[in-house]
Amino acid sequence: MALDYSEKVMDHFSNPRNVGEIENPDGVGEAGNPKCGDIMKIYLRVRDNVIEDVRFKTFGCASAIASSSMATEMIKGKTVDEAWDLTNRAVADALDGLPPIKMHCSVLAEEAIHRALNDYRSKHGLEVLPIEEFDHEHDHCSV
Amino acid sequence: MQSVYLDYAATTPMDPEVLEEMMPYFTEMFGNPSSVYSLASRSRKAIDRAREQVASALNADVSEIFFTSSGTEADNWALKGIVERSGVPGAHVITTRIEHHAVLHTAEYLQKFEDASVTYLPVDAEGRVSLEDLKAAFTDKTVLVSVMFANNEVGTIQPIGEIGKLCRERGVPFHTDAVQAAAQLDIDVKALNIDMMSMSAHKMYGPKGTGAFFVRRGLKLENLVHGGGQEKGRRASTENIAGIVGMGAAIERMKARLPQERPRLTALRDRLIEGVLKTVPHAKLNGARGEERLPNNTNFSFIGVEGETLLLDLDSKGISASTGSACSSGSLDPSHVLMAMGLSHEQAHGSLRMTLGRGTSDEQVDYVLATLPEVVAKRRAMSPLWDERLGSVPGR
Repeated sequence: MALDYSEKVMDHFSNPRNVGEIENPDGVGEAGNPKCGDIMKIYLRVRDNVIEDVRFKTFGCASAIASSSMATEMIKGKTVDEAWDLTNRAVADALDGLPPIKMHCSVLAEEAIHRALNDYRSKHGLEVLPIEEFDHEHDHCSV
Repeated sequence: MQSVYLDYAATTPMDPEVLEEMMPYFTEMFGNPSSVYSLASRSRKAIDRAREQVASALNADVSEIFFTSSGTEADNWALKGIVERSGVPGAHVITTRIEHHAVLHTAEYLQKFEDASVTYLPVDAEGRVSLEDLKAAFTDKTVLVSVMFANNEVGTIQPIGEIGKLCRERGVPFHTDAVQAAAQLDIDVKALNIDMMSMSAHKMYGPKGTGAFFVRRGLKLENLVHGGGQEKGRRASTENIAGIVGMGAAIERMKARLPQERPRLTALRDRLIEGVLKTVPHAKLNGARGEERLPNNTNFSFIGVEGETLLLDLDSKGISASTGSACSSGSLDPSHVLMAMGLSHEQAHGSLRMTLGRGTSDEQVDYVLATLPEVVAKRRAMSPLWDERLGSVPGR
């Protein structure tokens, strides 16, 4: 399987950026299902509507860890609205692609970020936006 | 960097002596054994000798050994051949939930296309089938029992002698997939009442692409590959002579080394097991211990870590291992073997199999024991599941 991963995936897997948690975060979001072998948790610190810091913790395969690392890099310094527009495709592209069977890992990153942003929005009286739910169990593992 | 291969259950490197015996059959001794001239007769003799080598290793008769392209093919032959020949409408097959897919998917095929019914026996927490469950599963339509000799993932050895006896008493043919076991253990097919047994050369330092199939004399079994008269017309196609020579040479050499190699591997295995359980917190050994485990198999679960990440981290340190984790295979479901043993999804996803062999040394085991704990700790530190395991408050 290692051969299917791009150098960027292996780089972000071996030296993941933004690993950890944030004390008293402004937003927390989680996506995935441990039954399916991946679960992702995103922590946000927001100042003046800008994502000042973002951290993640992920249980999952190499592409799940690399997607978390890349996605957090991509939203750091962005406004809350800009961060919402990050798509799973953009994360996968930034990693020079993921094997087709691992694309759900990038979807997971998008979803975890959306949940964290909605957590922030609801705490700050902003409109909670609809999240396109990904059917993890149905789409990639039969539990 | 050290290079430590610990995936001997996946495949083994060729024994150079085995390769040397095979070489002439690729080049100057290329005759088709079905021809009449003396070049052909040398090929025939080579096949006869290999058949004797396999038969003698198993305490079987030469007429009871057939060569196939793989252990998988032998498994297919056993299940399809018995069910198709039985003529029993709605024939019943008993097997287990922890078989290799070569057996499981063949059983599913028979359910779909041959109107067969199949009982999949459960296993206990160590991966062992119960004789009581087996006894209770027999019906008047049972035409076959297929239970693997030892499991490829967790190494648990089944009570094959007792199963063979139960089947013999009931007059039901007993097949065992011994692809792993035949490479590690001394097997006497007569003493164990085995009717059919599948083996593979590349698990025992022989070539890939060759298997052997023991079929007890007189057993009614449909032919698998239809064509010419090779293998008594039961498995047609021009023989893979070099491969067959390799199978015979490999099993003979393996058997000769067994008295030294088995205790050596058992000691290394137990040192690896004890070392991992001692140095990695919350590590769990999957499978049986002692004599009921293949001498070369170890399998652990490290809760909080996903198997593929372990494999890649270990690979970056020069260690080649394997996992029953979903993410490392084509499918994304966790190992059916670990799930049948009652592991949680999280445990099954965090499994690591390290299988030992001829190249494994004390020094290599030391290297693994020095490397593995830090790799597991590194990945656990970034795992939200590990936080839950430790009972911490999320977002603390």
